[in-house]
Amino acid sequence: MRPTLRLVLCGSVDDGKSTLIGRLLCDSNQVFADQLQKAEEDSRRYGTQAGATDLALLTDGLQDEREQGITIDVAYRVLETPLRRFVVADAPGHEQYTRNMATGASTADLAVVMVDARKGVLPQTARHTRIVAMVGVRHVVLAVNKMDLIGWDRARFEELAEEYRTVAAEVGVGEVVAIPVSALTGDNLTRPSGQTPWHAGPTLLGHLETVELARPAEDQPFRMPVQYVNRPDPDFRGYCGRVASGRVAPGDRMLVSPAGTSASVESIVVWQDTSDRAEQGDSVTLTLKPDVDVSRGDVIAAADDPPQVADQFRAQIIWMGDEPLTAGRPYRMRLHTCEVGAVVTSIRHRVDVSDGSKLAAARLELNDLGAVNLATSRPVPFAPFEQSRELGGFILIDRATSATAGAGTIAYALMRSANVKWQDFDISADVRSALKSQRARCLWLTGLSASGKSTVANQLERRLVIEGRHTYLLDGDNVRHGLNRDLGFTEPDRVENIRRVAEVARLMVDAGLIVIVSFISPFQAERDFARALFDPGDFMEIFVDAPLEVCARRDPKGLYAKAMRGEIKNFTGVDSPFERPERPDLRLDTERLSPEECVALIMERMA
Amino acid sequence: MLESEAIEIIREGVAAATRPVMLYSIGKDSSVLLHLARKAFWPAPPPMPLLHVDTTWKFREMIAFRDRVAAEASVELLVHTNSEGADGAVTPFTHGSDYYTEVMKTAALRQALDAGGFDIIFVGARRDEEKSRAKERVFSFRDAAHQWHPKAQRPELWNLYNTRLDAGGSFRVSPLSNWTEADIWRYIAAEDIPIVPLYYAAERTVVRRGGQWIMVDDDRMPLLPGEVPQRRRVRFRTLGCYPLTAAVESTADTLDAIIAEVLAADRSEREGRLIDHDGEASMERKKREGYF
Repeated sequence: MRPTLRLVLCGSVDDGKSTLIGRLLCDSNQVFADQLQKAEEDSRRYGTQAGATDLALLTDGLQDEREQGITIDVAYRVLETPLRRFVVADAPGHEQYTRNMATGASTADLAVVMVDARKGVLPQTARHTRIVAMVGVRHVVLAVNKMDLIGWDRARFEELAEEYRTVAAEVGVGEVVAIPVSALTGDNLTRPSGQTPWHAGPTLLGHLETVELARPAEDQPFRMPVQYVNRPDPDFRGYCGRVASGRVAPGDRMLVSPAGTSASVESIVVWQDTSDRAEQGDSVTLTLKPDVDVSRGDVIAAADDPPQVADQFRAQIIWMGDEPLTAGRPYRMRLHTCEVGAVVTSIRHRVDVSDGSKLAAARLELNDLGAVNLATSRPVPFAPFEQSRELGGFILIDRATSATAGAGTIAYALMRSANVKWQDFDISADVRSALKSQRARCLWLTGLSASGKSTVANQLERRLVIEGRHTYLLDGDNVRHGLNRDLGFTEPDRVENIRRVAEVARLMVDAGLIVIVSFISPFQAERDFARALFDPGDFMEIFVDAPLEVCARRDPKGLYAKAMRGEIKNFTGVDSPFERPERPDLRLDTERLSPEECVALIMERMA
Repeated sequence: MLESEAIEIIREGVAAATRPVMLYSIGKDSSVLLHLARKAFWPAPPPMPLLHVDTTWKFREMIAFRDRVAAEASVELLVHTNSEGADGAVTPFTHGSDYYTEVMKTAALRQALDAGGFDIIFVGARRDEEKSRAKERVFSFRDAAHQWHPKAQRPELWNLYNTRLDAGGSFRVSPLSNWTEADIWRYIAAEDIPIVPLYYAAERTVVRRGGQWIMVDDDRMPLLPGEVPQRRRVRFRTLGCYPLTAAVESTADTLDAIIAEVLAADRSEREGRLIDHDGEASMERKKREGYF
C-alpha cells in the first residue's frame, strides 16, 4: 500500500479550512458524483457562496454545522494520489471547540495551518500552532488563503509568512513551508497558479506528496505496552500489544516494567503462524520464557535499555474539562495502556497562547494550556513525550463523569526512580500485623457533620482495644490542629487535607495498626483516592448515614446554626455538597441504630 | 498499518469491556472486522459473541453465509428480530423505508443491546461511507438510550481511548474508521477472506424500480404495474435488506475486477442504500436515535 500521511487542517474560524479540503478532494477526483450532487443541493439551501457549490458542505457533516455554516467537530477524509494516501482531519476553528481540534491534531504527522490573507495571524492561529506542537506534530505548512481577495499581493504574503515563522519558532516548530493559495479558486492547491509567478515553492498537494517525513529512528529500544493478556487454555499465555518502538525477535532478552522481572521472547504470534520479527507499529502477541507475571499496563522492553519508571512528573497540559483544573483534585490517568490515579500537585504556570508568556495561575480553565507537576498513585513506566508519543502522552479522566478532562505530555520525571526506588525492607506490613495478632486495615468513616462519626469511632476504638487490638484514630478536627494546621477550607486545601490523612493512614496500616479515620470526606473522588492507596480489602468505606435535618437538629457544636446564618462558608450539607457513597462497604443508619449496634456491625464486617 | 491499528482498537475495546459484542451485518466490512478479531485474539476465538439484527428481509444467501462463517470462527452467534414487526406486520413494502428501518433495525438493535447488557459494541463503520460518520470518534459514546450526541463527543487524543463508563451508557467502537472501500477490498484479497457471493457479478433476477436495480430474492416482493423481472448481470457494492439495496450492473466476477471497479467508480457505495436518502441529514438523525 502507498505510504500514508496523516494531516490536520487548522487555523481560525472562516479561514477556509473546510473549503480547502473540499477543493482538494474535488480537484484530485476523490468526490463521488452523488456526493457532489448532494453538496450542490445543500449549497442552494445553506451555502455561503451565493448559489455556487459550497465545497465546505462536503465535510461539514453534522446538521448543526450545515445550518450554522461552521465546523463543530473534526471530520476525517481519506484522499489518495498515485504517490501517497492521506488521512485529512478537518478541524474546527472556533475557540470553544479547541478540544476537538486537539483530537484531530494528535494523530497527525503534519499540520496545514491556514490564515486569511486579509486578517493575518490571529490569536487562534497561535493557539492552534501551540497545540499542534504540543501534541507532537513536527511538520507545519502555512497556507495563506484568500490571496485572490488581496490581488495576490506578494509583499503581504511575505510579511505574513515572516510573522508566522516567529510564532512557530517560539513554540519549537523549526521549519515552516509557506504557500499562497485560494481555496475557492484552487490556485496553488493541486496546480501551480498563474497569479504567483514569484512563488518558487510547490503547490500544497505537491508538497504533501513529497515532504520527507521523519522516519522512526532505527536504533530505538524495544517497547511494547501490554494491552491484553490472552490465556485461552493452561498451555498458552500471550501478551498482546502494539510495538511502540524498536524491533523484536524470538530469543531477545526482555524486562517487564515496572516490576523489573526478566524473560526471553519465546515466540511472536500473528494469526495462524508465528513470525520471526516485529517492529514499531505492529500489533502482535508475544509469549515469554519463563512465563513471568505480566498484566495490562506493564511495558515489555529491551532488557539492556528499559524505560524509566516514576510517579512524579513535570508535564504540559491542555485542559478540556468544563470544570477547571485545580491542584489536588484526583483524576484517573491513562498513559499508554496503564490506568492509575493522578493528582496535579501544583500548577507551574499557564501559557498565554498569543505570545507564549508564562503566567502564574491557580487553575486552568477550558482550553487553557499550562505546565504542571503531577503525581501518580503508583510508579509507571514512561518516556518523555519528545522521545515517544506512545509512552509520553496521557489523558486525565474525570472520576465522576468519566469525561476526558485534559490531555498532557510528560516532559520529565521529577525524581528519577533509578535513584529513588521504593526501598524493600525485610520486615513487611504482614510481619508487623502478625506480630500484633491482627489484620491491619483502614476503616474510613464518612458522613455529614453530626452524623455520629466521632461517637461511633470512639466506641469502636474502645471495643478494639478491649479485645487487645492495636489501633489509632485520625479525627478530622484533631488533625487540623497539627498536621494540617496550614490548610484552610478552599477546595484545593480540602483536597490536600484528605490526601495527607489518607497517606498517614496508609503508613499506619503499613506499621500494622487498625486505623479508624473519622472524616466528613464529602467527595467520592477523594474517598476513591484514599481507597486506591491500599491493597484491596485493606480499606473499608463506612458510610455513617443520617438525614441532613437530623444532623442539623443534633448540631452538638452549633456549626449548622452558624452555617445557616452564613457565618461559615462551604459547610458540607448547607452550601457545599455531600456526595453519598456509591458503593460503601458498610452503611450505618444512625437514626435507627445505637452506637453499640453500629460498632457490632463493623466488628462483624471485619471478622 | 491499518490492520495493526484496527487490532489495537479491538483489543482496547475488549480489555475495557464487561460485556463486549460485535455487530455482524454479514457484509464485506463485517467479514473484515470478524477476521481482524480472530487475528487479534488468536489462538483463542474472539472473546465476544456476534450479534445479527435480522429484519427477515435479508438476502437468502446472506443468512446461509452467516451461519457457516460463525461456525468456522467458533464464535457464538446471537440473532435478534423485533417481534413487534415480524410475521409480515412491518415490511419495506407496506411501510415507508424510514418507518421500517426504525422498527426492524434501530428499535430491534436497541432491544438486543439492552437484553444483552452490552457495553462495548464493535461495528464495521467507516468514516468514508457517509459524512456524519466522518465526524465520529473511534470510541463513540452512546447514552443509556443509545443516543449519539454529536456536539458533545469526548476528545480522543493519540491512541489513548477513554473507555470509562462509570456514569452508564455504552460505546460503539469502529476499528475500521480510517479504512476506505478500496482498502476493504484490497484486504479481502490479500487475506483471502470469505465474502457473500452477492458481491460478485452474476446473472440475477431484478426489476427496474426508482431508477435502480432491485433483486427479486423471494416471492414476498410484490411487483408494481409495468415491472417485469429480467435477468441481468449485476453485483452488489453493499448488502442490506434486499428490497432496500440496489444492485449495479457489472461484469466484475473476481476480486481484482471488483477492486478495479471500485477505484474507477464515480458514485459512492451508499448510493445503493435507499434509506440514506430519507430526507436531510438522515444518517445523522438515525444515529442519534441509536442506529449504528
